[in-house]
Amino acid sequence: MKLGLVLPLLVALAAPAIAQDQLPPAPYAYRQIADPALEAKAQALMETLRCLKCQSQSIADSDAPLAGDMRHQVRSRIAAGEEPEAVRAWLVERYGDYVSYKPAMSASTWPLFAIPLVLLALVALILRRRLARAK
Amino acid sequence: MIRMRVFLWVLVALAVALFALFAYQLSQPKNEFVQSAMIGEPVPPFDLPASVPDRPGLSSAHLADGRPKLLNVFASWCPPCRVEAPQLEQLERSGANIVGLAIRDRPEDTAAFLAAYGNPFSRIGRDDISEVQLSIGSSAAPETFVVDGRGIIRYQHIGEIRPEHVPVLLAELREAGA
Repeated sequence: MKLGLVLPLLVALAAPAIAQDQLPPAPYAYRQIADPALEAKAQALMETLRCLKCQSQSIADSDAPLAGDMRHQVRSRIAAGEEPEAVRAWLVERYGDYVSYKPAMSASTWPLFAIPLVLLALVALILRRRLARAK
Repeated sequence: MIRMRVFLWVLVALAVALFALFAYQLSQPKNEFVQSAMIGEPVPPFDLPASVPDRPGLSSAHLADGRPKLLNVFASWCPPCRVEAPQLEQLERSGANIVGLAIRDRPEDTAAFLAAYGNPFSRIGRDDISEVQLSIGSSAAPETFVVDGRGIIRYQHIGEIRPEHVPVLLAELREAGA
């Protein structure tokens, strides 16, 4: 009687587990580069790259298989001597700025950097006029 | 004095407009799709081994053999890939040459999947660590790319192919020179 209720629930809960691949992670997904300096470079880069599967995490934080495959790309490229920014550029070339968490000034983002400066200048101007009048 | 008051109302109006913009944007559904930035670019060089015995493997050279193709990113563990199987079959019957990229999939699982849902592919490459998937800017399965005869990516369809998408993909294939 109870099993009839519980079983469909269990099956429903198990469904996401079925949508999971059976292959082992890529070689560099969970293994560090032997050279600590290179690993530090890779780690710093991975923390600023977006996991495409779980979109609010970095690939350093995510256990999604695709994040593991992306870490493999990052580590194997850096172990082969590529510069971190070159690896970032390789990914941006494929996925656009969205894949990178590092703020970059571009045709569409420059107002974000300019507006605070304009506002600060405006505040300085108003303050100066007020203070001059107060005297 | 009047000028000051007008200025204040302008400030209030600006603030209201800003919050209205926030409210509107927050009420819009989030777009989870990550568009590939590789449209118009050639497929990067790759050479993948076969995934199942009855279909050869896939390389970038095959994608530049003069015939436009559909490149379908799929996996046996991907439920929406089952949903689009009838549409892929329909596309194949309409003359589309479809090649497959099997993502993180054991060959025996791929074979069982194809036996159950049909095999519309002329070639299937085995992409165990999503290397080729990442190189073409694909972020999930299923996705379907239109690649022209010179191996240049012309169009990306994200998510399962539903019946209404079949004519769109056929039109994109024709535009790519099929």
